[in-house]
Formats: sequence, C-alpha cells, structure tokens
Amino acid sequence: MVPMISVQLYGIWVYSFADAGAAPASGSEASADLPWLLEHLLGLAEMVRDVLPMVVVVLFFQYVALRRRLPNPVRVTVGFVMVLVGLYAFVVGLKMGLFPLGTQMAEQLIERGAPALILLFALLIGFATTMAEPALVAIAEQAEAVSPAGISAAALRLVVAAGVAAGITLGVYRILVGGPLHYFIMASYVVVLLLVLVAPRYIVALAFDLGGVTTSEVTVPLITALGIGLASAVEGRSALIDGFGLIAFASIFPIIAVLLYAMALENIPRLRKEPS
Amino acid sequence: MRGWHRDTRGAGRPGGDRPRDGSRAHRPRDEDAGTLGHLVHFNREFLRALRNLLPIVAVVVAFQLLVFQRMPDDPWRLVLGLLIVGVGIALFLQGLGLSVFPVGNLANQFTRRGALGLLLLFGFAIGFAAVVAEPALIAVAEQAELISEGRIDGVVLRLVVATSVGLVLVLGVLRLLRGWAVHRLLIGGYVVVLAATFVAPPEIVGLAYDSGGVTTNVVTVRWSPRSGSGWPTRSGAAARSRTASGWSPCA
Repeated sequence: MVPMISVQLYGIWVYSFADAGAAPASGSEASADLPWLLEHLLGLAEMVRDVLPMVVVVLFFQYVALRRRLPNPVRVTVGFVMVLVGLYAFVVGLKMGLFPLGTQMAEQLIERGAPALILLFALLIGFATTMAEPALVAIAEQAEAVSPAGISAAALRLVVAAGVAAGITLGVYRILVGGPLHYFIMASYVVVLLLVLVAPRYIVALAFDLGGVTTSEVTVPLITALGIGLASAVEGRSALIDGFGLIAFASIFPIIAVLLYAMALENIPRLRKEPS
Repeated sequence: MRGWHRDTRGAGRPGGDRPRDGSRAHRPRDEDAGTLGHLVHFNREFLRALRNLLPIVAVVVAFQLLVFQRMPDDPWRLVLGLLIVGVGIALFLQGLGLSVFPVGNLANQFTRRGALGLLLLFGFAIGFAAVVAEPALIAVAEQAELISEGRIDGVVLRLVVATSVGLVLVLGVLRLLRGWAVHRLLIGGYVVVLAATFVAPPEIVGLAYDSGGVTTNVVTVRWSPRSGSGWPTRSGAAARSRTASGWSPCA
C-alpha cells in the first residue's frame, strides 16, 4: 500500500506542477523503421537498465558487505543474460499477444452490446486464471499446513478465485456504468478494515498475501488491456481515468473473501477440515 | 509467489528458520545439473508459464467460438505472442534462479551477525531492484505511458513504486524484529491511502491502486518473503505464531 500512496503523490506532482508540455517521443516509437535485428538489439540494451539494479545488489552485497567472491561467476553471468533476454521476450510477447488480445476482446464484447456477456467474460477470466495460478496452489498448501483453524487448501483456492472473479466483475461493471473509482475502492477498503477488526487475528496477514498472489505477470497485462479497451470503447469514459483499477479490485476482493471464509470457519464448525 | 514452495525448501517452510550458509548454499538441483538439467528445468518453467496462459486461452477461445462465432484478427500472431511471453517468463525465472536467488539467503548471515543496518539496507536494495525488473509492473507502466500520452513516465513510475517497495521491506523487517501488530500497520496505511486519494488527481487514482497490486509478483515475492520468513526474530518472540508473522512483509 505504500506504492499506492507514493504513486498518488507522483500523480499530484505530474498533474499539478509538471508542465503540460509536449509529450517526449518515446524511444520505441522512434525506432519503428529500423531493421529488425537492430531494433531488437536496441530493445535489449534498454532492458539492461531494468536488470542493472539487481546485478548491482548481488555484486555489492557479495563483494562489499560479505567480502567474498562469487562462488560461480560464469553461472551468475549466464543467469543475468537469461534474465535480460527473458524480460525482453516477455515485453515483445506482451505487445504481440496479451495486449492485443485484451483490447480485441474488449472491442468485440462492446460491439455485441450485451453487458451481461461482458460481465460473464470478466467473471470467467478472473476465476479461471486464479484457479490455475501455481503461486496460489503453493501458498494455499502452506496455509493448510500451518494454520490452526482447519483451513483447507482446496477451499481456500476456491474462495480466492471467487473473490478475484467478483472483484474483476465489479470493476468491469463500474467501467460500464461509470461512477468514480475511488468511491468503489474506498468502500471495499472500509469493508476490509471492518473485517480485519473482527476476523480471527491469524488470518489477516495471510489474507493480504493472498490478495497479492492472485495477479500474475500473465493476468495483469491482459486485464489491464481489457479495462483500458473497455474504457476507451464505452462512451463518456476516459481510458486513463477509468481504464485502470481492475487489478486493484482483483487484489481487494480476495482479501474480503478470505477474511469472510476465516470468520465462517470460526462460526460454523462443520466447514472445518478435520486434522488428518 | 510463483515457485515459492520450490525455491524455498528449507527457508520458507515451518521449522525452516534455521540459519543456513546462504551465499554458498549448495543447491544441487539446479547448479550442478549440467546442460541437460538446465533444459529440464527450463522445460518445467515453460510449462508453468503455459499453464498460466491456458485458462486465458480457454476462456477467449470459448467466447470466440460460442459467442462471436468468428476468429480474432490475426490469431497466429496472438498465439505466437503468447508463446513468446511463455518463453520469456521461463528464461527470466530460470535466470533468476541461477544468478539472484542464492543471494536471498544473505539475510540470515546479517541477522546472525546482528548487523541490523546491513539487514535493512539489504531489504531496501532487494525490494527496489526486484520491482524495477518486475514484468507485471513493466506491463502496467507501458500501458500508462501510452494512454497518458507520455505525461506519466513509465520509468519514473516504476522507480517510484520500486522505492516504495524498498521502504515496505524495511518496515517489514522492523516489524518482524520488533513484533509490531500487522493489523495496526495495515489500518494506518490504508487511512493514509484514502486521505491521499482525496487530493490526488483522478487520472492517477486507478493507476495508483493498481500499482499496489502488481508489486507482489514474480521477483519481489520470490526474492523477499522467503528472506522474510527466513529472518529469525531476535526479540525473543520465537513463540509468535508463524501464520501471524511469517507471511510476507509485502502486504
């Protein structure tokens, strides 16, 4: 949540104090007419900037703080090159696959003009991607192993997936009908805060963690593109003001769902998984 | 939190809090496996990425066939794009496993030496570096820069988020060491978030809330909470329940 605070501060700075002058031409557009190989080499070079902090951290702590050599410099170098190439491939694939996919789905859904279908799509995407999320499987199993209250991993996954589905659906509904995003978000957070006060203490940190794992690097681009596509297609919405926010819904609602689940476990003993 | 269960054998499990000699941690699974082992490992990561993509493809195909009854424009390009994403993620994760993750264990050494300053610096550096290279955040930042017509600078946005996550990790370490109650921190934080929303321009609000959700992803979570759960508490609070304090400091 600290990022939420600082990004808002950044926004205040950008929109209040920074001059609204012409947007700087971004590098990727300028290189559109370069030969194929050169374009990708330039793209890779740009990625070095993103990977550099990690390299610096690893080297700094290894050599300066621990005063030790790298155990296996070749392996580490190969690893960093793979990180670099992988990250670049991811970005290229985003622009070819996930972004256009989300945008096209948004356009086609809007063309059909049936709001129920749009909501159904949001629901299914949210539920299916979350159920298949390997990270969620892992953390749910850990939670089952260490929790005192008979949490079942399978039920936890279902609860989280239902939460994500509900969140994305509500977010899409808001894009369709309008209404300021922050009221929806605030209302959701008020619910979270109230639930945190009454829910069993042990579940709180886990619930917030589960809210975080649901948005993977595959779903985030798709859902963002979907939201922006919908917001630009629906009349009276601005892509910038209304297009974002789906990820936020997808992070908050699983928290609510998990807190409710824990409270249900407390109060309805039949739901508890028998310790085996 | 992808792969947490796999990469953290020992460090992330209940009872796995024992200090380990991190920087030289011998992890024979990946290190000494040779080319074949690397290929097998890459294959596994690639299949995981595909498994992540599969439900999206399934839902989209179902809608195309049942509802729209037509093909999307240029379907093979989309499929190729998705495959490239899969390969990219697999390469990325395997590269991290070779180069960066072994360093995560340094936290234990700093704790054992009682070097709180180094531990905090390490926490900040990890959070910052991990978020700068976070694929999901790169995706959101690209979109933001695109639709704000360059007013929101994607790189600056990512640096802002990265700095914040660094600070969150510092807070998280302090919380583990001092035993602060997580729900108080959370409530306090959200009050500030809501207060900021009242003064922030509407263009940034959605993006800001989204950026809270994308930071807990591949690099960040794989790298940090396992250090987090591997950080023993020194304030005699060993009895603190693992479910309450062992989960990631990222929330």
